[in-house]
Amino acid sequence: MRQVYMDYSATTPVKKEVLDEMVPFFTEHYGNPSSLYTIGQESKEAISKARQRVASLIGADEKEIFFTACGTESDNWALFGVTDVKKKKGNHIITTKIEHHAILHSCQFLEKHGFDVTYLDIDDQGFVDPEELKAAITDQTIMVSIMMVNNEIGTIEPIKELVKVTKEKNKDIIFHTDAVQGLGNVPIDVKDLGVDLMSMSAHKIYGPKGTGALYVRRGVRLSNYIHGGAQENKHRAGTENLAGIVGFGKAAEIAEQTLDEHIKHSSSLRDYFVQQVLEKIPDTYVNGTMEKRHPGNANITFKYIEGESILLLLDSKGIYVSTGSACSSASLTPSHVLTALGVPVEMIHGTVRFSIGDFTTKEDLDYVIGELTEIVKKLREISSVSEKKGW
Amino acid sequence: MAIYNDKVMDHFMNPRNVGEIENPDGIGTYGSPVCGDMMQITINVDDNDVITDAKFKTFGCGSAIASSSMATEMIIGKTVDEALAVTNNEIIDELGGLPAVKIHCSVLADHAIKCAIYDYAEKNGKTYKGLEGFDPDADDDDEEAGCDGPACGTGNE
Ligand SMILES: Cc1ncc(COP(=O)(O)O)c(C=O)c1O
Ligand code: FES
Repeated sequence: MRQVYMDYSATTPVKKEVLDEMVPFFTEHYGNPSSLYTIGQESKEAISKARQRVASLIGADEKEIFFTACGTESDNWALFGVTDVKKKKGNHIITTKIEHHAILHSCQFLEKHGFDVTYLDIDDQGFVDPEELKAAITDQTIMVSIMMVNNEIGTIEPIKELVKVTKEKNKDIIFHTDAVQGLGNVPIDVKDLGVDLMSMSAHKIYGPKGTGALYVRRGVRLSNYIHGGAQENKHRAGTENLAGIVGFGKAAEIAEQTLDEHIKHSSSLRDYFVQQVLEKIPDTYVNGTMEKRHPGNANITFKYIEGESILLLLDSKGIYVSTGSACSSASLTPSHVLTALGVPVEMIHGTVRFSIGDFTTKEDLDYVIGELTEIVKKLREISSVSEKKGW
Repeated sequence: MAIYNDKVMDHFMNPRNVGEIENPDGIGTYGSPVCGDMMQITINVDDNDVITDAKFKTFGCGSAIASSSMATEMIIGKTVDEALAVTNNEIIDELGGLPAVKIHCSVLADHAIKCAIYDYAEKNGKTYKGLEGFDPDADDDDEEAGCDGPACGTGNE
């Protein structure tokens, strides 16, 4: 059976060139980068090279890149590290309703510890309004954290503008962006954006899982989050995930070299897919803007049916997707992003995220469109709701 | 597939008794798409009070569809009294188990059956012990706050 992976936003396969560079660091060049002898120092150099590559992808200086264990850790570090050093200056944080749980749940934790958090709304296209951000800033505001690209609906937020209004109000407010979905999918120049902190993760850009990084603009102070040894210039303790970091570096290098091609490939296939699905399957809607959107993201609601059912039937055809339906979440709550977008609950249930990447082909999509058409038809025949019957 | 066992998957992929009986003796719907699941069941009952046919339509997840399919299979051939005695736990047992978070999907089928029998009883002036204390308009005892309390309906509201 054909297998079509359409969940690149969840994670990506490791590219062969990436894996090839990683392998020797498990078996041959396994020295601890903190050790002074030769094989230790070789490991240290490998990390330095990876750091340069990640820095280059985002227009940063290598000294501004700190490796972490994942995007989630980077998000946690940013929030807890900044609030800790700034807690005497104020207790107000601004974020949005559509952040990843790595941000939202960390903010909820901070709320339990005396911080006030404002969760900004989005408009019906998925965008955060810079004017609303400006209005939310108080003399207590110490930090703003707004994601660069949303993981469910793919909206590319106007980070540069958001930074501008923040800094115009008060240049001491720290601006963090979660760029886990943005990295390798949109051009990023941290200097141009003006962000202070930025979270990244390797496994979304064809690198290994369990490796992330935090960009910390020179001069920005934040407390350490993981305490222990002197790794990462004394800012992030723990023996480095050497092979993982090497893989992240290689993935970043490839992402930089192939960015235009990657964006063109993904977005043209995505546009084809969306157009075909809307044309071939009635009562189907795209959520969020089609402009300023992650090149590989298609988030589609199929009216009158439920997402887990769609996911399972697609799975039986070798097609892998994810859904915003409450029924497929462990907590049985519908997607907070689609809720913020104003999608009615009964429609959220029927929502599927398809994400396209470098290994997706047009043939894959034609196969998916064919199977999907049949599956939606079948589930609508089973469904107790329909246009005629109403909800 | 790991999340459901083979039997659940079989009933989900090849659901039995899908559809709607024309001019049924009893019809009931339960749940609401807002809560994520909604089942309609139509039944025919013969002079001996035996359920001769049952058909369902369900909006919901894999286990809601599988539970609906299994439930219709279980009640066909049973007397109304026997059908009223079917519990959601028996539906789960027949399916060989459901994941813990999916137990509520089987309650849907159990309730929808009672709704359809209630409708049949009302139309035919019958009373059943198994319907004692059954309030078709009652809110669900469901924990899910924010869900419109599902109640029996005919599916045409
Ligand atoms: C926007 C966003 N932030 C953070 C994360 C977490 O990254 P990681 O999986 O590396 O912890 C993800 C990944 O799901 C994400 O999409
Ligand atoms: S219908 Fe929502 S979990 Fe089963």
